[in-house]
Amino acid sequence: MFDSFEHLIDAVSSPVTIFTFATAVFILFVTFPRQLTSKWVSLGTLFLVLAFFGIGLTDEHFRKIVSTPDNVPIVGLMFIFGYFTWFAMKKAVENDRRIEKGEPTVEQLETNDKVLVFPYLIFIEFVIALAYGAMLVIWSLWLKAPLEEPANPTVSPNPSKAPWYFLGLQEMLVYFDPWIAGVLLPTFIIIGLCAIPYIDRDPANSGFYCYKARRAVIIAYLFGFWILWILLIIMGTFLRGPNWNFFGPFEVWNVHKVVPLVNVNLSEIVFIKWLGVGLPKQWFIREWPGFAVLFLYFAIPPAVLARTALKDVYKKLEPTRYLVLVILLLVMIALPIKMYLRWAFNLKYLVAIPEFFFNI
Amino acid sequence: MNRRKFLSWFGLAWVSFGAATGGALSIVLRFLFPNVVFEPPTSFKAGLPDDYEVGGVDERWKEKFGVWMVRTAEGIYALSTICTHLGCTPNWLTNENKFKCPCHGSGFYKTGINFEGPAPRPLERYRIGLTEDGQILIDKSKKFQQEKGEWNNPESFLVC
Repeated sequence: MFDSFEHLIDAVSSPVTIFTFATAVFILFVTFPRQLTSKWVSLGTLFLVLAFFGIGLTDEHFRKIVSTPDNVPIVGLMFIFGYFTWFAMKKAVENDRRIEKGEPTVEQLETNDKVLVFPYLIFIEFVIALAYGAMLVIWSLWLKAPLEEPANPTVSPNPSKAPWYFLGLQEMLVYFDPWIAGVLLPTFIIIGLCAIPYIDRDPANSGFYCYKARRAVIIAYLFGFWILWILLIIMGTFLRGPNWNFFGPFEVWNVHKVVPLVNVNLSEIVFIKWLGVGLPKQWFIREWPGFAVLFLYFAIPPAVLARTALKDVYKKLEPTRYLVLVILLLVMIALPIKMYLRWAFNLKYLVAIPEFFFNI
Repeated sequence: MNRRKFLSWFGLAWVSFGAATGGALSIVLRFLFPNVVFEPPTSFKAGLPDDYEVGGVDERWKEKFGVWMVRTAEGIYALSTICTHLGCTPNWLTNENKFKCPCHGSGFYKTGINFEGPAPRPLERYRIGLTEDGQILIDKSKKFQQEKGEWNNPESFLVC
């Protein structure tokens, strides 16, 4: 019934279109939060998403992927995270409106007093934990744990998927060397999250939802969370099939799908394609273009931004904290940049030194 | 109990406490090293060269030793079945004529050269030679890496 719709979705589905589409939706959301969290737009969006799922469920393959015990939590996650983001933004928009008018925020109307963590917060958390525990018991009775046969080192299941919370990392591993995607970037994520309270020490506008006053911070966080983590988990869960090939949501996972793909390193583009000479033998001569690009990427934006867009931030944070902030942001943005470079130019590595396993 | 006697008992207590803790720790350390290691032998006989079809990738030793035998018109080489990206075991896809890793999509030509996906370097080859009775002998303790130019080494390739 919906065959042509499904074929159309499959035809336009690819990592680059989905990533770009999600980023566009994200930019719309953070640019027009008031309009997009209004009643009719929210209900309309919910209806569209549910309609997509409803149509999808008529498709056998889609139904199978979505209802696999491994994947059910991810379906829930999409709706729950979507709801909470919408909920926080809705409250923030309302408070922004009140602040503009000079009225107290919703939270301030409720009470201006501080309450103790114990018993007020702990009690709520305890009740939630009980309810959550009960839910997990019912869930585990209803959906069986997807256990497989004992591991065999000579046979990797096809596709081999990490646990769902690591699928973002696994997706990153497609674009990076293991030591970057598996060690360096996770370390940066953890250190970066720990660093937030030290970088943003401004107590203003805390204690209630708000958006306008903390726009840049909220956008940066939501981008990292939604686009660079949750979206990658969703793609890894539903759209990556055998041989880690990309499949549309209604496309049958064909083990023999062939995706013509030849990846090249930056050094090969520079020396073979542009200069027309062979690859130099010595790695430090061969890889200087990549090192130059990296050096420029991490040297120029901090210096330029300190004098232009982030002038006030630079003044407020002082050099050290400013540098930490900008480096963290640059590393974060490096992920989508590298992904787009792969999609656009089949670029494998900027710096490729297989001689001692150093690839960027 | 006088002060001197108390202190000497105290010292004894500390010494025995230290000894007990040290003993327990050393047992824990010992526990980290297994009594028996089940590792297949690093070298094995892989039959006669004529057992292998020219132009084919032979998977008969994949499960037991982690080796693909590839025979070309020039000879035979033994490829490691460990992906150079993150160590999964790729699959040989006969129709597509390539090795494809299910974990992150790295692809390798029949020669072992990496051409797609994130794998940074080609699959490794193992030392290959002949025994006195004419059988192929694979020695996994010695490996040859293309990016180091080691595939030119005569031991990485069996001419036949």
